[in-house]
Amino acid sequence: MTTPTHDSTHDSHDTHDTDRTRDVWGERTPHGRGTPWPTRVDLHLEDGVSEDQVDRWVSSACLLCSNGCGCDIAVKDGRMVGVRGRATDRVNHGRLGPKGLYGSTPWSHSPDRLTRPLVREGGDLVETDWDTAMGRIVARSKQLLEEQGPLSHGFYTSGQLFLEEYYTQAVIGKAGLGTPHMDGNTRLCTATAAAALKESFGADGQPGSYDDIEHCDALFLYGHNMAETQTVLWSRILDRTRGDDPPRVVCVDPRRTAVAAEAERTGGVHLAPRVGTNLALMNALTRELLEHDAWVDHAWVEAHTLGLDDLRAVVAPYTPKEAARICGVEAEDVRRAARIFGESEAVLSTVLQGFYQSHQATAASVAVNNLHLLRGMLGRPGCGLLQMNGQPTAQNNRETGADGDLTGFRNWDNPAHVQELADLWHVDPMTIPHWAPPTHAMQIFSYAEAGTIGLLWISATNPAVSLPESERVKRILAGDQCFVVVQDLFLTETARLADVVLPAAGWGEKTGTFTNVDRTVHLSEKAVDPPGEARSDLEIFLTYADAMGFTDLDGGPLVTWRTPEEAFEAWTEASRGRPCDYTGITYDLLRGPTGVQWPLGVERLYGDGVFPTDTDRCETYGHDLVTGGTVSEQEHRAQAPAGRAFLKGTAYSPPHEEPSEDYPFRLTTGRTVYHFHTRTKTKRSRPLEESAPHAWVELAAADADRLGVADGATVRLESPRGAIEVPVRVGEVTEGAVFVPFHYGDHPANELTMTVWDPVSKQPTFKTAACRVTRVHDGEGS
Amino acid sequence: MPHLATYVGLADHSEQTLADSFRAVAEGHAQVADVFHLCHTLAGWSDAHREALAPVVERYGEQTDVDEPERLHAAGLAQARDGEIGLLRDLQDLHVLASLVQTTWMVIAQGAQGLRDRELLDLAHACSAETARQITWLDTRLKVAAPQALIVAP
Repeated sequence: MTTPTHDSTHDSHDTHDTDRTRDVWGERTPHGRGTPWPTRVDLHLEDGVSEDQVDRWVSSACLLCSNGCGCDIAVKDGRMVGVRGRATDRVNHGRLGPKGLYGSTPWSHSPDRLTRPLVREGGDLVETDWDTAMGRIVARSKQLLEEQGPLSHGFYTSGQLFLEEYYTQAVIGKAGLGTPHMDGNTRLCTATAAAALKESFGADGQPGSYDDIEHCDALFLYGHNMAETQTVLWSRILDRTRGDDPPRVVCVDPRRTAVAAEAERTGGVHLAPRVGTNLALMNALTRELLEHDAWVDHAWVEAHTLGLDDLRAVVAPYTPKEAARICGVEAEDVRRAARIFGESEAVLSTVLQGFYQSHQATAASVAVNNLHLLRGMLGRPGCGLLQMNGQPTAQNNRETGADGDLTGFRNWDNPAHVQELADLWHVDPMTIPHWAPPTHAMQIFSYAEAGTIGLLWISATNPAVSLPESERVKRILAGDQCFVVVQDLFLTETARLADVVLPAAGWGEKTGTFTNVDRTVHLSEKAVDPPGEARSDLEIFLTYADAMGFTDLDGGPLVTWRTPEEAFEAWTEASRGRPCDYTGITYDLLRGPTGVQWPLGVERLYGDGVFPTDTDRCETYGHDLVTGGTVSEQEHRAQAPAGRAFLKGTAYSPPHEEPSEDYPFRLTTGRTVYHFHTRTKTKRSRPLEESAPHAWVELAAADADRLGVADGATVRLESPRGAIEVPVRVGEVTEGAVFVPFHYGDHPANELTMTVWDPVSKQPTFKTAACRVTRVHDGEGS
Repeated sequence: MPHLATYVGLADHSEQTLADSFRAVAEGHAQVADVFHLCHTLAGWSDAHREALAPVVERYGEQTDVDEPERLHAAGLAQARDGEIGLLRDLQDLHVLASLVQTTWMVIAQGAQGLRDRELLDLAHACSAETARQITWLDTRLKVAAPQALIVAP
């Protein structure tokens, strides 16, 4: 295999010198508006390895947050020993964040890697060979198909696999088995991003480009603690805010994060709405915009949107004062934020979990789209919209349809779209389960709980920690009513409960592509062999497909590809002519100096104001944003959208669980800069683990005083569903709220959260639950 | 206008029956999180319709003792059924009740047109539109629940 090397003429910043767990964003490279982001190459190698000792550099992109930074993997003596940011990559211009630097490779030679398949024998998981393990899966699968049909099968996948793996899984599930029960943990992180884009623009697909950071004069971050979740993107913003002609930053977050501090520093606004009230705030911002006629691009709105009158009527009651009453923000701050949005030349907005995992998630995220539509601020340099992803490969899960979407941003309700896939895969369209909306993750687990899903296949994710009400999820996985298959790198909390565990190859041990939030596709090449008998997820799915004997209408094999490149080419055909058109993008092209955006040569979508909303083209006919009820084809056609975007407004309603006398605090959960997801990789990096070894709870200073607790004291946090005991950090949250990071399986924040989800995106609501806090003792330990 | 009053009464009663039944289904299927929350939300819509109707009831009276339309009264769901197939049947019953509400509003709107009662007409249209949204959700949720309940559930 060729392993391209990208030599850089720039100095590398070896992080042996700078501890990037402390200096998270690294050294500033400030620059003025409209000038290119300077290059800075970050590098980290294992202790004792210097740059000149590296045998080879293998091109890849970082998988430890959703940013998608191009990088090269250092290989020495057949081991991955470090990473270097790629100077020529459009995403990161050489930089890497602390998770990428310190977390990318140590897990790979961790002694507790899974190296052999495991099967359950007499209650215990015991090592076995592949034939035995796969034999058990296939026997169970065939038995269930015969007795109960395809609805007995469920798949719960990841935001961590490669496009080729998702596409293969999608074809197996949708055309081989024919089950609607396929979803991923992307449901937890990006389902609302997809839903909001579909409701407004007719199809998924991010309109913006990261380059918009260089061109904007205002930046709005909605529920997006970018300083911790996408550190490289945040350093790109800091290089603007610390340079000439900086943009103003507006931050919507109940915590006083580094983003909030930067908002204040740049003369912007920090709006800290009460947890669960985002939509009331958005409605007030929208109303302010509409009140100032000059801020609205009426000609553009008239030509390119539908629904202005309805939107105006919905937001009419939300005066700044009303927002102040509901959200607990200053009315004047609402006016100032709206003015910044209304008077800036080029606004870039980003949205993340503070909106996606909160109450009225889709409606609030759609409201961000509305603001951009009202100003016609899409598709031009600086005028961008990034409905962020939580995970590096979430976008591919949505594109290929390994989750609840139909392959290639197609519409489940459109028989012509289903027929296109049936033709492509050469199967009966009746096989493709389009007769009901696809089953979302929480519903899949409910069916597994009831045993009507009798085989649940979980790949590269850890729902025992990451799903709401984790105790219930563990019971479901451990029970006899459902046969559970887990493929992973390690014996995770979830894998321990499985009936069969398959050892998987990880990043750098297999080849494949993935796509980030500004539609940049990267090729990640195999650098080393996986340990022991571990196999790539693609190989595992192909082995299952072979053993099951899935065939097309002529009796030929359904899955015709063997290699990642062949799988990519098959996917490219599936995407042809759809909004996520990959045609023209090849492995050869991706082996060039930088990742490449889809559609090839298009940096920003919708510059022409034409959206994929035509009834025959759209990915969805849309939903009632309050109930999730689906709009019918006839209703959609009657609106004659014909390429116009939808302005959809929704009234605010209070969260499902409000504080009470027994549970007076509002619980919100989130992330720390040092960990990713459930720490499967990051806890195996010493610098990252030492920086944040255990869970904690953040309290506002006033609340800490009232409870009589100081930094480091141990408190018990209790919701109607469960309790955890954790040390206190006095700090960033607003009064009345508590914040807990969700990464820790030993102190699972999700024992406290509710099982409730957004009616449209079906994303679980992790960020609004009531809880109480009681002091256990001063100081840590139990 | 005894029969308009009858229909005003029917709207009031059938909205109440619908609201009570949504709540019964919510509580009976409390472990199905979306059904629990949305049925409560949609019950609230029917409550609001009754509140908005109250001044009209005052104006036209609420006739409950006229013989013929009495038969239109539908019994609500006092108790939810069990399991996935039970949920399917409960949603279907809600659909029947909501359809009765919707046609009642349609009839009232016709009466309001004839009487040139703009206030009642606007109310009937607004309520009817929300009832349609309740029905759309029921349709959507029925389609989701049907395959698993019919084919795989024990």
